[in-house]
Amino acid sequence: MSSNEVQAEIQYETVIGLEVHVELATKTKLFCACANEFGSEPNTNICPVCLGLPGSLPVLNERVVDFALRIGEALNFTVPQRSIFHRKNYFYPDMPKDFQTSQYDEPICAEGWIEVDGERIGIERAHMEEDTGKSTHVGGGGRIHDADHSLVDYNRAGVPLMEIVSHPAMRSSEQARGYVSELRAVLLAIGVSDVKMEEGSMRVDANVSIRPVGTTQLGTKVEIKNMNSIRSLGRAIDYEVERQTIATNTGERIVQETRHWDESEGITHGMRSKEGSSDYRFFPEPDLAPVAPTDEMRAAARAAIPELPAALRERIVAEWQVAEHDARVLVANPALSDYAQESVAALASGSARDVVNWCTGELLAYGNETGSEPNSWALSPIALAELVGLVGDGAISRSQAKEVLAGCLAGEGAPSDVASARGLAQVSDEGALAAIIAGVLEANPDAVAEYRTGDEKAQKKKRGFLMGEAMKASKGQGNPALLNRLLDAGLA
Amino acid sequence: MAKQSNEQVSITRSDVEHVAMLARLALTPDEVGEFAEQLTAILGHATDISSLDLDGVPTTAHPLPVTNVLREDVIGPSLDRDEVLAAAPSAEEGRFRVPRIMGEA
Repeated sequence: MSSNEVQAEIQYETVIGLEVHVELATKTKLFCACANEFGSEPNTNICPVCLGLPGSLPVLNERVVDFALRIGEALNFTVPQRSIFHRKNYFYPDMPKDFQTSQYDEPICAEGWIEVDGERIGIERAHMEEDTGKSTHVGGGGRIHDADHSLVDYNRAGVPLMEIVSHPAMRSSEQARGYVSELRAVLLAIGVSDVKMEEGSMRVDANVSIRPVGTTQLGTKVEIKNMNSIRSLGRAIDYEVERQTIATNTGERIVQETRHWDESEGITHGMRSKEGSSDYRFFPEPDLAPVAPTDEMRAAARAAIPELPAALRERIVAEWQVAEHDARVLVANPALSDYAQESVAALASGSARDVVNWCTGELLAYGNETGSEPNSWALSPIALAELVGLVGDGAISRSQAKEVLAGCLAGEGAPSDVASARGLAQVSDEGALAAIIAGVLEANPDAVAEYRTGDEKAQKKKRGFLMGEAMKASKGQGNPALLNRLLDAGLA
Repeated sequence: MAKQSNEQVSITRSDVEHVAMLARLALTPDEVGEFAEQLTAILGHATDISSLDLDGVPTTAHPLPVTNVLREDVIGPSLDRDEVLAAAPSAEEGRFRVPRIMGEA
């Protein structure tokens, strides 16, 4: 059919908007003094307020307001003079009150933006709301539709969240991933959340639609949920775009729905819709007074904002001469970038770039493996500076430094002590190394002869052999740069 | 919202049935009619208000003139779990046990 042929030639563009929920790193919940703690025994952090018992009254946590104002500042939001809470009504056992306290038409943060790879991405709003409880479905393989019954833990009910809603401003999965990484880096840097996607303290839902290139009307959007890493987010969007493109090209209508990302199968599944769920009957929460950020509150939040990731990256790329990628890895981890900055400040010799290489290589891996934070490591930032100095001065080689680093992290002492205790020292004594080279050349006359008469390939091979012998003769401790130079001189 | 002057807003039976479903209220056909009438009367009062010139009057967010009612972020005591769960209709493994959530309930 000719209309199908014409349709198949239409080029589509992807339109993506992201809704990001972050759990705020407060000590207590949003409206009550119960601990906000991940991993407690079920139903141990509950009280009349978060259980919605009759007569209980919510009182807003001041730190949540401070964190919201920090987010407002860091993401270039307008923070209106007044914001209010609303009740979002629905029946579902994850909220014992039968409503979720959220913000509706007067959120605390309105119209902001974040710069991602040189482009501003608009953010529609950010608002405060409470998290829901956690249900475990029993029977039917743990799936909600087939379960026999469910068990509910309300420790998470009432935990403070900020929901950050972007405009439908992104055009590729790569851009969406970039947005989330940058948002994550900013939220970490300003200290409002630990933003762990695996643990659910950062949850990203993607609204995805496609439309013919050149048109401006939004297509029917599909909301995808359940991505627990930035990588899954990219995969889920790519899958969904392909699904929608194929459906549209074959004349199928895209249905507005919520789809669930299945990580192991790599596909999205439609979810059965909740009956009448879109009618939440929002109304102003009568038990909570409006929030009207004062100048003092705004100033305190502003003062708590450190150098933001984009500026920090730009600075260390320029000042430390490190690659953009390495700067990105470092800055994505504020504790590690603080550590690196302290270390660089303590450098006597050696380069900042070496400090960054250790931080984003061995040390980052060590932190991940041991689940430890830089401030608990047996290797202090100053000790790392010393280690970098030892390599820079040629006292130990790079490979020896790895051993010293491991020793330091194991608590064996300062880098120079670990190096001498383990007998690690690089020989940079030119006379001693010259004697080694002379000995190697004398002991291997055939190789020397073949080097002198051979073609380029043979020369390379023989030179490599002689260098290996010289390194062996120095017990691996010869300064490689010096040995190379002396070998070249000997063969000339 | 556009000003509706004194135009009468009426609540239909199907509006009442919809809201009753959302609120999980089982109303008899007579009650549906009765509430439709009552709710229409209440909304009629609201249309009286919207006939006033209220430009520049902010919407009331709270009946009392208070803002920023805040508490310090300090942990306080939570309830005893066994005591709470003893008051629940059903509990299992330290959790509230609820009937199946989705399906033909």
